[in-house]
Amino acid sequence: MVPALEARHLVKRYPSVLAVDDVSFDVRAGICFGLLGPNGAGKTTTVEIIEGVTPATSGEVLYYGEPAGARFREEVGIQFQNTALQDYLTVRETLDMFRTLYDRRADIDRLLEECSLVELQGRDNRRLSGGQRQRLLLAVALVNRPRLVFLDEPTTGLDPQARRNFWDLVKRIRAGGTTVILTTHYMDEAQILCDEIAIMDAGKVITRGQPEALLRRHYPNVIIELPAEDVSGDLSNIEHRVRPEQGVIEIPTEDVNGSLRDLALHVHGLNRLRIRQPNLEDLFLDLTGHSLRA
Amino acid sequence: MFARILAIFRARNLEFLRDRGSLSWNIILPIVLMFGLSFIFGGTDRPQFTVGVLQQDEAIDRDVHPFLQTRYMQFVAVDDAEDGFRKVGRHQLDLLLRLEPPATYWVNPDSPKGYYAELALLQAFPEGIAKGQVRGDAVRYVDWVLPGILGMNMMFSCLFGVGYVVVRYRKNGFLKRLRATPLRPIEFVIAQVASRLVLIMSITTFVYAGTKFFLDTRMDGSYLALLVVALLGSIALVSMGLLVAARVTSEELAGGLLNMVTWPMMLLSGVWFSLEAADEWVRQVANVFPLTHILGAARAIMLDGAGLADVAPQLLVLCAMSAFFLGLGAALFRWRAN
Repeated sequence: MVPALEARHLVKRYPSVLAVDDVSFDVRAGICFGLLGPNGAGKTTTVEIIEGVTPATSGEVLYYGEPAGARFREEVGIQFQNTALQDYLTVRETLDMFRTLYDRRADIDRLLEECSLVELQGRDNRRLSGGQRQRLLLAVALVNRPRLVFLDEPTTGLDPQARRNFWDLVKRIRAGGTTVILTTHYMDEAQILCDEIAIMDAGKVITRGQPEALLRRHYPNVIIELPAEDVSGDLSNIEHRVRPEQGVIEIPTEDVNGSLRDLALHVHGLNRLRIRQPNLEDLFLDLTGHSLRA
Repeated sequence: MFARILAIFRARNLEFLRDRGSLSWNIILPIVLMFGLSFIFGGTDRPQFTVGVLQQDEAIDRDVHPFLQTRYMQFVAVDDAEDGFRKVGRHQLDLLLRLEPPATYWVNPDSPKGYYAELALLQAFPEGIAKGQVRGDAVRYVDWVLPGILGMNMMFSCLFGVGYVVVRYRKNGFLKRLRATPLRPIEFVIAQVASRLVLIMSITTFVYAGTKFFLDTRMDGSYLALLVVALLGSIALVSMGLLVAARVTSEELAGGLLNMVTWPMMLLSGVWFSLEAADEWVRQVANVFPLTHILGAARAIMLDGAGLADVAPQLLVLCAMSAFFLGLGAALFRWRAN
């Protein structure tokens, strides 16, 4: 089956920096694909090259096997990280304006309902809250009933409730058969929404695959976490790593019982000990040596 | 409180100083204006009044009569009396003088500058001088200046209303968002032109109707011809604004560039005064501005009853300018800030 999208050897070189360094990946139709990485990793530049708003220094983008062109623009929806809308237009007027730019057009009433904007349809764009605005930008990205939609850090700056509401929306879009490409630096978001991920760092894709498979491949173990300030004993005999920015000491282990016995022997202050499954952030830390939000 | 003011003051200054385009422009614009204005209007004896002298020779011999040595007056040779009367009637000459006997002068009774030129003339002719009647009806200053004011309003609205807005759209990412749709640059540009045209034509029609009603301004030609001039003129001005805004990403730089375009037009296109007495090169420079052709055509229609055929040369120039500005603007157009 032809992938919905193929990025082939994308390179973006600025005078003083190589922002995207030979990036290749493909995205199967109907999945939610996450492009993860810290700020400055090159994920937004990569996505903007694919979207056609930033020219690549070299490389190629294929949409359903064809070079991305007029059909791509007609069938793709995009939610940029930072987008201003026209002042003084209402939510409905904004959607109607963007919808008219396409031959494929969604039903506005249905779109308002899907994005929980029915009650806001008469409101001036400038008077929307952060979450409401993100829902409108998502609706704008859906006005052409896209087969593929790009969401660039869509929940940055939203409160937890608004983020969860947004995730529900994205899940519904994906369930409707639309391919979703999500860039984010929120690992929980990627784990909840993405069927496949690629992690970028310093302009390169450093790993890719299904989140659970990646974690299983890299971590046959669990992690014991201790607040660093609680640890007063000697840890030199126990394999561990310190994450100073989070104030914790982490001990990866396949044998929880054995590790707990060792800790009890060597360390005082285990009252706030926590056992957790490894996550994508751990993966990134292990692959690159620095935090995902660095 | 002062610390906060200082913090904002410093941040704003850094923002301005690091925006190299705006900084350069803020330095260059005053220099260009200073040199330009001093070049055009410089000199201690810059004429304030323009007097036509009926004679066949192009050169004026200032020794013929003491009046011709009057300071702040420019004397231009007029070889055709009818043409001279028309120019007096249209405020293009403040006074027309024939020195050959019987010495006679003609002045527009509705011209403020003509009034003072006449006072100076009478002082220089203690023996008296005949006063002739301006043939054809004299035009009031308000009739002469009305096209200039309407044209100036069109110019500001078209240039700033389009150029500035496009730069703001580019800066805040709205253009980038549009770039991700099937919309093409030329479609965006045409939509902007059309939107501004509707607005400016409505406003200009409203203002013109108001002046017509309250001041009973003169209209010797057809309204349709005037509408065509206003329409083509607005298209040329909006296109010019789009060209200025084609790549600029800073509102301050856009403001500077738009000022660079509007100031010379305001001074040299004949908005407030006629360029009759200006040097030939100034008049040639004025011809590169769309407003010069708009005002020339509008005055010909409104004051002289010219038809579309009479103003066809100006209309053709406006069409050519629009095509050039639109084509170049679309070719240079950039959706993104960087």
